[in-house]
Amino acid sequence: MGMKDARMHQTRRVFLSGVVLALGASTLSGCSKKSEAAAGPAATGADSAAAPAAAKTLTVGFIYVGSKSDYGYNQAHAEGAKFVAGIAGVKIREEENVPETLDVQKTMESMINLDGATVLFPTSFGYFDPHILKLAEKYPKVTFLHCGGLYTEGKHPKNVGSYFGYIDEAEYVAGVVAGLTTKTNKLGFVAAKPIPQVLRNINSYELGARSVNPKVVTTVIFTGDWSLPVKEAEAANSLIDQGADVLTAHVDSPKVVIETAEHRGVFSTGYHASQAALAPKGYLTGAEWNWPTVYKAYIEKIQSGQPWEHLVRGGFKDGFIKMSPYGAAVSDATKAKADEAKAKFMDGSMVIYAGPLNDNAGKVVIAAGAQQAQRDIALESMSYLVEGVKGAVH
Amino acid sequence: MNESSPAPPDPAGATERLPKALIDGGRAPGADLGRRLEPFLISVGALCVALLIFGVFLAVDGLNPLDVYAEMFRGAFGTWFSFQNTLQRAAPLMLTALCTALPAQLGLVVIGGEGALVVGGVAAAVAGLAMSHASPYAVLTAMFFAGTFAGGLWIAAVGALRAYRGVNETISSLLLAYIAIALMNHLVEGPLRDPASLNKPATRHIGELNMLGPMPGLDVHWGLFYGVIACLCGWLLMKRTVFGFAASMTGGNLRAALLSGLRVKRLIVVTCFLAGAAAGLAGMVEVAAVHGRANASLVAGYGYTGILVAFVARQNPLGVLPVALLLGGIGASGGLLQRHFNLPDASVNVLQGILFMVILAAETLYGRFSAWSFGRKSAPSRPVGAAA
Repeated sequence: MGMKDARMHQTRRVFLSGVVLALGASTLSGCSKKSEAAAGPAATGADSAAAPAAAKTLTVGFIYVGSKSDYGYNQAHAEGAKFVAGIAGVKIREEENVPETLDVQKTMESMINLDGATVLFPTSFGYFDPHILKLAEKYPKVTFLHCGGLYTEGKHPKNVGSYFGYIDEAEYVAGVVAGLTTKTNKLGFVAAKPIPQVLRNINSYELGARSVNPKVVTTVIFTGDWSLPVKEAEAANSLIDQGADVLTAHVDSPKVVIETAEHRGVFSTGYHASQAALAPKGYLTGAEWNWPTVYKAYIEKIQSGQPWEHLVRGGFKDGFIKMSPYGAAVSDATKAKADEAKAKFMDGSMVIYAGPLNDNAGKVVIAAGAQQAQRDIALESMSYLVEGVKGAVH
Repeated sequence: MNESSPAPPDPAGATERLPKALIDGGRAPGADLGRRLEPFLISVGALCVALLIFGVFLAVDGLNPLDVYAEMFRGAFGTWFSFQNTLQRAAPLMLTALCTALPAQLGLVVIGGEGALVVGGVAAAVAGLAMSHASPYAVLTAMFFAGTFAGGLWIAAVGALRAYRGVNETISSLLLAYIAIALMNHLVEGPLRDPASLNKPATRHIGELNMLGPMPGLDVHWGLFYGVIACLCGWLLMKRTVFGFAASMTGGNLRAALLSGLRVKRLIVVTCFLAGAAAGLAGMVEVAAVHGRANASLVAGYGYTGILVAFVARQNPLGVLPVALLLGGIGASGGLLQRHFNLPDASVNVLQGILFMVILAAETLYGRFSAWSFGRKSAPSRPVGAAA
């Protein structure tokens, strides 16, 4: 009996220490999430039940992989969702922090079964395969519109669409602003993973900067994942210590990098959404998604029963992307140069990837005279960093 | 000292020879029933208190708690779809919870289930790819063994470090989880990468035909079956075998265990292997039933949620089942809080936090009701003086 008592005490002690540990961790993360949510745009209030009950209300579901007020990827989509909510005859349902596992399949099914959603915008890149593909086959009457441009005719279900923007055009323009603003000729780039989409942004940023200031070097640090705030702050500090005086980032939320730059008194350019509010002094401009345009086009076609395109992609010209308004630190001469570059994108005369172009190991990646324009498929599998970028892909 | 048979001065045998009345304190069968019901009643009571507190939280937010709870019930258990949603979400938690609950019998606090899950998933994917020419059954069998074995070795390493080098198992298992994730990232972005996986690095696909399908009549994959079976086996092993008795004896009094000749080090390593195998199996199921390949989606936090499940279940492998179901239900209905009431995702964390705080607080109630409800005037299991 005594032994049993001792064991009970022991397990109880173990229980206490362990749960305190686990709870501590979970409440901490809960708190930070809560305060983040509170800091973001205020909740839209209760359901507007007073909305004109049109003959058939279209229920549209939006699913985000992170917080919808993350100053980044998810906020950009949430801004699009907010716009959709304002369209007559449309009701939206949103769910945030949904991981790319069975969870997202269940969230989609829950939106279909319990909310009556017939159009879904599962916005994270990783939701597509296998999650969206699987559910699209199971629910052929529901429309699944995914952000990432992954649709392949003939291979994927007919009720799936995929859209994406050539945001590296905006990175190029931001690079122009950074290249003309830097005094040390050193730019810093905090990036998640060396995948084609990220490499393309880094390269366009450097090429934009170099187009106006041939001495500019962009140093890149890969953190290894999409949301690692501590590593992102360390990378930002390290870049500033190395002399970089303009920072930017390609991670899910550039919040930490932009804030660190502001605290350290250097400039920054944003990504995904506007981070101007986080850095009133140093925020120069930023490459932003403009999802309301894309969502509006889809919803209008679906409402009027017209066929919609399965794969839509666009840049400045198509209104898929935009620049953050220039910050106070941007000179008029710099604005003029940046506007000039943007105008060339608008009229289609700008090609970022034109030969001769070397990678940062001296290897020719595009021969003299050759060029790869916006829609060139070769750019989709980019695996190099251009000359002028300090960093390694592997 | 001797081979695997029970240690010579077997305390189990000793208790068997004692008169039964001496063991259960001379209580009537009713008291026994009371003792069995106690955990259930206390848990349900705690759940009600937690809902009451969260209700205040909701009311402050301007919502009617009853509406919210009705909606949550609908989302978790109210429809056939909802219930399957709950079951599906509970499945991986059952397996990862065992990764904490089994070593806890030995008094060890292992919190690295996430690492074992990731390693198990990667190993299963490698095995599946290596066997892809074979029949689906062979592929899945190979994946099963690869996943459980890799996950088992991962946590067995934690156990071995504890047993032979005195390294704190809590810290080492947590650190090994980070290493497992880094290793997985290295492998899927390097040697094992499918060249076609451009913007989301992953291994190649094991093939649709080789995938683990849903259980018959259900829209829930076989992971649920594995989870339930694993919990039952874990319970049988720990509560009904000599091995389990040796484990709880070690957890209760290490010196006594050593003195009675138990091979404690081996016990630790073997238990940790089984624990890791359970989490590794969860990783194998993620690959075989959900993703078809190994990639960063394996790192979904199931390992860490499993810790919570294990502690709330009081480290009882059988208790893991209802607690996993409860957490699965909260997960399944949590989305509705966001979608129908515009609450932030964090409110689910608040509910979970309150729930576990209350359950933790209710721990102190065990043994206090035995005097009045069920037993006839029997001796309370704890000294009365302590309670008063």
